[in-house]
Amino acid sequence: MDYQLNELQQMLQQSVEKYIERDYEFATRQQLAETELGYSEQNWQQFAELGWLGVPFSEQQGGFGGGATELMVLFESFGKALLLEPYLASVVLAGQLLARVGNENQIENSLAGLIAGDLKLALAHSEPGSRYQLSRVACEATGTGTGYHLTGHKALVLNGQNADQLLVSARTGGAVDEPHGISLFLLPATTPGVSIRGYRTVDALQAADIVFDQVELPADALLGSADQAFEHIEWAVDQGIAALCAEALGCMEVLHQATVEYLQTRKQFDVQIGKFQALQHAAVDMFIALSQSRSMVYLAANKAAAPLPERRAALSAAKNFIGRAGRKLGQSAVQLHGGVGVSDELNVSHYFKRLTAINTWLGDDHHHLGLYSDGMAAE
Amino acid sequence: MQLEFSAEEESFRLEVRSFIADNYPADIRARAEAGTALTKQDYVTWQQILHRQGWIAPRWPVEYGGTGWSPTQCYIFEEELTAASTPRVMPFGLTMLGPVLMAFGNDQQKQQHLPSILDSSVWWCQGYSEPDAGSDLANLKTQAVLEGDYYRVNGSKIWTTYAHYADKMFCLVRTGNDGRKQQGISFLLLDMDDPGVEVVPIITNNGLHVVNQVFLKDVKVPRENLVGEEGAGWTIAKYLLGHERTVIAGVAASRQQMRRLESIARQERSNGESLWQDNRYRDRVAEVKIDLLALEQTNLRVLGDEAAGREPGPEASLLKIVGTEIQQRITELLAEAVGYYGLPYDRQVLMQGWGDEPPVGPDYAATLMPHYFDWRKSSIYGGSNEIQKNIIAKAVLGLG
Repeated sequence: MDYQLNELQQMLQQSVEKYIERDYEFATRQQLAETELGYSEQNWQQFAELGWLGVPFSEQQGGFGGGATELMVLFESFGKALLLEPYLASVVLAGQLLARVGNENQIENSLAGLIAGDLKLALAHSEPGSRYQLSRVACEATGTGTGYHLTGHKALVLNGQNADQLLVSARTGGAVDEPHGISLFLLPATTPGVSIRGYRTVDALQAADIVFDQVELPADALLGSADQAFEHIEWAVDQGIAALCAEALGCMEVLHQATVEYLQTRKQFDVQIGKFQALQHAAVDMFIALSQSRSMVYLAANKAAAPLPERRAALSAAKNFIGRAGRKLGQSAVQLHGGVGVSDELNVSHYFKRLTAINTWLGDDHHHLGLYSDGMAAE
Repeated sequence: MQLEFSAEEESFRLEVRSFIADNYPADIRARAEAGTALTKQDYVTWQQILHRQGWIAPRWPVEYGGTGWSPTQCYIFEEELTAASTPRVMPFGLTMLGPVLMAFGNDQQKQQHLPSILDSSVWWCQGYSEPDAGSDLANLKTQAVLEGDYYRVNGSKIWTTYAHYADKMFCLVRTGNDGRKQQGISFLLLDMDDPGVEVVPIITNNGLHVVNQVFLKDVKVPRENLVGEEGAGWTIAKYLLGHERTVIAGVAASRQQMRRLESIARQERSNGESLWQDNRYRDRVAEVKIDLLALEQTNLRVLGDEAAGREPGPEASLLKIVGTEIQQRITELLAEAVGYYGLPYDRQVLMQGWGDEPPVGPDYAATLMPHYFDWRKSSIYGGSNEIQKNIIAKAVLGLG
């Protein structure tokens, strides 16, 4: 048993914590969220210089040689900062998927650019009718002899409007909800026939609905083997889940600390409201939720590379637990702040909203409860 | 025991229902059903329609313009209004100030204010909470100093709902500093366009502007705008908070939201079927529905006591706690029902709907998650749920 970070991981942690403290104050973040782009390109370039954009990629691919634990370290701090830059979309989901299944050419053309900060990616997978079911893909790619015609509608593509290249899942075989028969394609976002409708989300991030209308793709747009993409998509989503769990932990830490400080300073009935036992117990419940969430974040990072069904059980357990803990903790933080807890001006509102949205992204607590429970039945 | 409504009561229900069907303007209905923000004019228009029918203040005594309905009829009436998604009748004048003036106001104050409350020509707001007086309302610091025929008022009120719409404000002010905090509080009426009144918006977590901070700087309020005696403010406030809580339970509104939830869940897809066919989801809806049934039965039981002439007791606190918890759970289930499409956020759409633009995702999705965020306020306002539990512990259980 060893729950300590190694020396390199500790250095990464110090580097990201220092950056967040110095360059990512809440007020700065709020201003950034209001800009047209919604995040800072300058920050992104700085991430590249600091080597963060290469963290989960092998040294051979030009990366840092890290994995889920290194991403955990980054994302806990990202959560504390309410980071706006599209790291999850570009690096964790799309980048890792590309690194896993891309051929030499695709990796050389796209991954190197990603690590250098010259190029952003997005994974277009979920669809209007798919809810959180990863194998439900109605988008179709039909062979044309020289390539493919891609048609369909992708929903809530994280950072879809700012990506230079899109990784798109589409059915090349099988029934609409079958894992087999799903393929991945890599294409420039400017390809004719691709319509992108971008929007902000409740947590001040950005996503897009993307419609593909008879988009002509060359044969070499195929990423990995035809029909075989499902297991890789599931794997990439699990890496995303582990990262999101760590980000939620960072949000929870800030909310817990802010609430305890508020209980210590706010006075009503001539005493600090933290003197009231009912409120003390609510704060203790928050502490317990936070503490156990940390354990589940470690578990998720630790099992992110494990084979199925071990990985499925651990990651779904973590996402479910943190979804519930985050909801409870976030609601308590708002409640214990009273009226100011629902004002937009206070940072608490924004951490609460991000925690809520994290529960939705990549499957909510109930979805993952179902996966976990179904896994129990299959044992 | 007779747990069902009588035949007369059911026919009264049909009369109300058909009035609404015939008189509820379609444009307001469309906005209300979509959950987008209603305008001040929407509220006023609907209240004036009810006023013309003589139904705007059913609980007021007949001599003041009430309907003379039984408590059960009032309940049925409110249930029908809510079921038809009509705009909430603003409580500030009709539910709060009106009864206070009847109980504590002088003849001149009644003559001056009750008619304009009834015909909705004057919009009132409530000036109670202050930055340092929330749960501890008696800690309020806004000073009213008598100078000849005027009070000079200085201080600040916060969380003031629709202060930016209001013509007038009823507020609690401090006129004395001796004895217990509660003793030096008075109840005062002031004009929002008086010099020295400044309304500053507070944006809430859904991005919208409903509440405000109101700054009062050397505002001159005529002495005759004092309601009741100097120092009677706390007694009046307690009287009024009781009124607010029975409204807050919101059974009819929750039933309406449950119907909306079912309709949405029937349209959403999960694993290739409708979400409503997903037992895992529907079971959780069922649980809330059972809790709502228990609340409704409790509400009716309290109503029965009221009809039998017993004063509502601390049950009001119970109804507020359980009512708001259920409302909040429904907002959660609604946001969750639409999956990923709960996430897109567009402030314009919350204000005005999608208009001619095709919606992102289903047209019902955009308001659900912001509404969940916003509704966290319900366990905080009107006396937080913690304060309500204190009341029950003290007044019912004899603890503390």
